[in-house]
Amino acid sequence: MESSVATPPPARPPAPAPQKPGKDAVEGSATWQLSDRIGLAICWALGLLFCAIAVAIVVYLFLQGIKYLKPSMLVTPASAGFSESESGGFSDAFVGTLIVAVMGIAIALPAGVGVAVWLVEYGRPAGLARITESTIEAIAGIPSIVLALFGTVIFSSTALGFLSRTSEGVVFGRSFFAASAMLAIVALPLVVASTREGLNAIPQHVREASYAVGKTKIATTRRILLPAARPQVATGAMLGLGRIIGDTAIIVVLLGATQNFAPVGGAFPLNYLRGAGTTLTNFVYEASPTGNLNQPQKAYAAAFVLLLMVLALNAAVDVVHRRARKVGTWSS
Amino acid sequence: MELVTPPPIRRLPLEDGAVATEVSPAPGGFTAARRSISAPQFSIRRMEIDDVSVSYANREAVKSVSLPVRQGEVLSLIGPSGCGKTTLLRSLNRLTELTRTATLRGRILLDDVDIRLIEPTSLRRRVTMVFQQPNPFPMSVFDNIAYVLREQGSRRQRKKALEPKVHSALQRAGLFEEVKDNLDHPALRLSGGQQQRLCIARALAAEPEVLLLDEPCSALDPQSTQVIEDLIVKLRDDVAVVIVTHNLQQAYRIADHVAFMYLGELVEYSSATALFGSPREQRTKEYVSGAFG
Repeated sequence: MESSVATPPPARPPAPAPQKPGKDAVEGSATWQLSDRIGLAICWALGLLFCAIAVAIVVYLFLQGIKYLKPSMLVTPASAGFSESESGGFSDAFVGTLIVAVMGIAIALPAGVGVAVWLVEYGRPAGLARITESTIEAIAGIPSIVLALFGTVIFSSTALGFLSRTSEGVVFGRSFFAASAMLAIVALPLVVASTREGLNAIPQHVREASYAVGKTKIATTRRILLPAARPQVATGAMLGLGRIIGDTAIIVVLLGATQNFAPVGGAFPLNYLRGAGTTLTNFVYEASPTGNLNQPQKAYAAAFVLLLMVLALNAAVDVVHRRARKVGTWSS
Repeated sequence: MELVTPPPIRRLPLEDGAVATEVSPAPGGFTAARRSISAPQFSIRRMEIDDVSVSYANREAVKSVSLPVRQGEVLSLIGPSGCGKTTLLRSLNRLTELTRTATLRGRILLDDVDIRLIEPTSLRRRVTMVFQQPNPFPMSVFDNIAYVLREQGSRRQRKKALEPKVHSALQRAGLFEEVKDNLDHPALRLSGGQQQRLCIARALAAEPEVLLLDEPCSALDPQSTQVIEDLIVKLRDDVAVVIVTHNLQQAYRIADHVAFMYLGELVEYSSATALFGSPREQRTKEYVSGAFG
């Protein structure tokens, strides 16, 4: 780029008058081959189709949700009744969703970030790192019902009896602890993948710049790398939360899918957390025409709440990335 | 002084429609370039590179190089790409050790102590480095400097207590006047030249004895380059400065001593005027006259 003997550059033709940005400035597809134009049309059509599907789902659920959702449903527990007006709301399911979301991500986030930091920043011995990598990929591919089944084996063991209801030496293995732990495993690969992506995007010279002022690897990771990867860590957490909120299989198998909280004995939060319960996804299933409750109106209302939560997560990811853009990044 | 062909000039990308007005360098080559550095007032030997070889796996990148590094002077390492100058620079604060395959033979002394006997973290506070790409940390301007001043890992140290040191580091890097009202702004929002001066301020905040600069201006525009060159010349009395550069005219402008490396070997080491004016070695003569590189 620099060390070359100077020669005067060839005279340039006068620059064309700057075009006004607008339709004329964009290359039209009219000159393309027919097959290219057909391909473009298919891409357009598919893009529009998926937009239409997404919009249809959101709009339909909004309309149904606004029609059927009453704020009182969020604070009234479900109760036995013959008609939709008698059977109460779904407060227990709503709170249950919040509990598994908080507990699940509280396990998955630190564990996932830790694994990602180890993989990217240390990764020694290399063989172990490779095994860890493929294990996590494998977990990402395991259906949650299989994880749930595996969870029953673990949490029904007597050693873990303190985490769920135990009656005459039989451990039920169904509790918020058990469900959250397995849901954390569902969320873990997303947190790991996203955090790794964030760490890998940091140029090597930034790490070296920190070492070059006498900082240790730990200090560099804590003060420079993790803050720099924060948007991706947050994205991973949000995606993980979405998976936790949306999972049904683990709830049915490991949370008991009772319609109300079923606390066991003990001090306040623990009695609920050790007991069975339900979440919105399970409530939607039960309230749908195929479920035991068959209350489609409430199913729509609960699904609407679920949808709002997922949309809120998406918006949160957006906000995090917008903030990160304000801080700026390194020119490569 | 005999220069066969005119010395190389940096070709800058021309904007569309721009007309190159000044294309040929003044005849006479380097004598026409402005030397912005005067003769050193004093010089104290701080580092001694003694028969150092560095290899990556089986490839030897630096071959038995011996050089002094003196405070009060600017030492410039020049040479074509891949000649080992950056590797040599990185071995001065043991950054080469981060590359797993790298091995170093020979000794490097800092104030007569072998650097292998100094803990890497404390060595790197005494021999700090500025990189080719500006790389401020993704935090505020203030925190970039404060990060260096704080103990390992600790987050909160009284901001007020750090303020004087942060300000003085920014002043030494000639950045304080430009950023004094915006110390809380994200550092990555500064211009490229300001970012690089922030990196220099960061390197100076550790109060080092030696400052290593690895092509600090190669990503910058000419104005920013000049600001940083002036800064480097000013700094040489406080710290020993070693600068790796691709840009021969830059080396001529700011260096007291120049070491020309080629294929891992130190070909010639002498004062800048001697090396550019009357090189002893044929290869040096060819390189500085632009015959290759």
